[in-house]
Amino acid sequence: MNYNWDWGVFFKSTGVGSETYLDWYITGLGWTIAIAIAAWIIALLLGSLLGVMRTVPNRLVSGIATAYVELFRNVPLLVQLFIWYFLIPDLLPEGLQEWYKQDLDPTTSALISVVVCLGLFTAARVCEQVRTGIQALPRGQEAAARAMGFSLSQIYTNVLLPQAYRIIIPPLTSEFLNVFKNSSVASLIGLMELLAQTKQTAEFSANLFEAFTLATLIYFTLNMGLMLLMRLVEKKVSVPGLISVGGK
Amino acid sequence: MMELDFSSIGPALPALWNGMAMTLQLMVMGVIGGIVLGTLLALMRLSSNKLMSNVAGAYVNYFRSIPLLLVITWFYLAVPFVLRWITGEDTPVGAFTSCVVAFMMFEAAYFCEIVRAGVQSISKGQMGAAQALGMTYSQTMRLIILPQAFRKMTPLLLQQSIILFQDTSLVYTVGLVDFLNSARASGDIIGRSHEFLLFAGAVYFLISFSASWLVKRLQKRITV
Repeated sequence: MNYNWDWGVFFKSTGVGSETYLDWYITGLGWTIAIAIAAWIIALLLGSLLGVMRTVPNRLVSGIATAYVELFRNVPLLVQLFIWYFLIPDLLPEGLQEWYKQDLDPTTSALISVVVCLGLFTAARVCEQVRTGIQALPRGQEAAARAMGFSLSQIYTNVLLPQAYRIIIPPLTSEFLNVFKNSSVASLIGLMELLAQTKQTAEFSANLFEAFTLATLIYFTLNMGLMLLMRLVEKKVSVPGLISVGGK
Repeated sequence: MMELDFSSIGPALPALWNGMAMTLQLMVMGVIGGIVLGTLLALMRLSSNKLMSNVAGAYVNYFRSIPLLLVITWFYLAVPFVLRWITGEDTPVGAFTSCVVAFMMFEAAYFCEIVRAGVQSISKGQMGAAQALGMTYSQTMRLIILPQAFRKMTPLLLQQSIILFQDTSLVYTVGLVDFLNSARASGDIIGRSHEFLLFAGAVYFLISFSASWLVKRLQKRITV
């Protein structure tokens, strides 16, 4: 059996409607970006909250956050996804369960599961970065804020967090890129994101190598583009006086 | 509300154990292959030869920017083709082989970065002293630098191995019966998929959690 190379395959019709294979990739990329951004918003909000909780001088509060991090970091992402997609809907109350399983479009319910799963999974990682950022600040910052009469919530929102975020931009960037890569698990519960579209193209066109080469190029470009963008941001907001990648 | 009944897990344990054996096999082979290939890549990256270090750099950047799931899927579909081109005849390879190759090549990119950081953390005087004693470059690396570097980076290598242990569950996509897949299959047959899924999650958690804890203790002992 010979392999027929054909790099023009992406402009050919898929035979489904009037779409070309390139259209499939564009749709898939759209889904990938939508999943990643929605999950990232959850991860950033919940992760920041947990990160703060871990540094708060209260055993119970920090214990809860630690337990969360350990739980979500030590169970494989795929297991978590199956739990959110297959198990959790069955635990919902009767009415909600019917709505989720029957009224909702299957794509929408899969999307909700993936976004929630990826968001909570990544939140555990973001939490650790936020905690590291807060702990990396000189202790005098907190003490000074306290001496000036700031309340605990004011210390965090006005003094600690604004500085911590600026320090942890590089690790946060790599977590953000991980969300994009991890969103590919959505293909396993039938969401037609980039990887699923690639597999479908490979099957329909029999141009396996071209199909996967384009997919890797898209992921690669996305990664590099975001990384360069974040490097610029990092330089712009770097905290003066601290040693950082972008600093002088 | 559904009711959970875990009593059916007992009889399924032999099947689950077979799955776990597959998971461990994938992990061990991925880690060994990944470390060997990763060390070679790290040496290439650190070499003064521009071409070599750029090739290794490109390899690392490439594999670090694509999802593991994509690599597994691609290799599963592509390895038979590539082997046919090389050997000229049909060579049947199973999903297992293609997954092991995928893990080795993917993890090598991550192990390379760990080894590189490890080598760079060794003081320059070690290299100078070895050369002053008349050792060649390969002797210096083999006998002086790498043994010290590996000792320093053992915790990181182990941590990465735990991550791979969790990531092996992705072989679900090519139908290989690892621990997760055997749990799903056993649960589906008797209609108790929820219990088996929770059980699988609990086992993954216990193994990863206790392994991470041991690694943390080891790290403390090493850094003293």
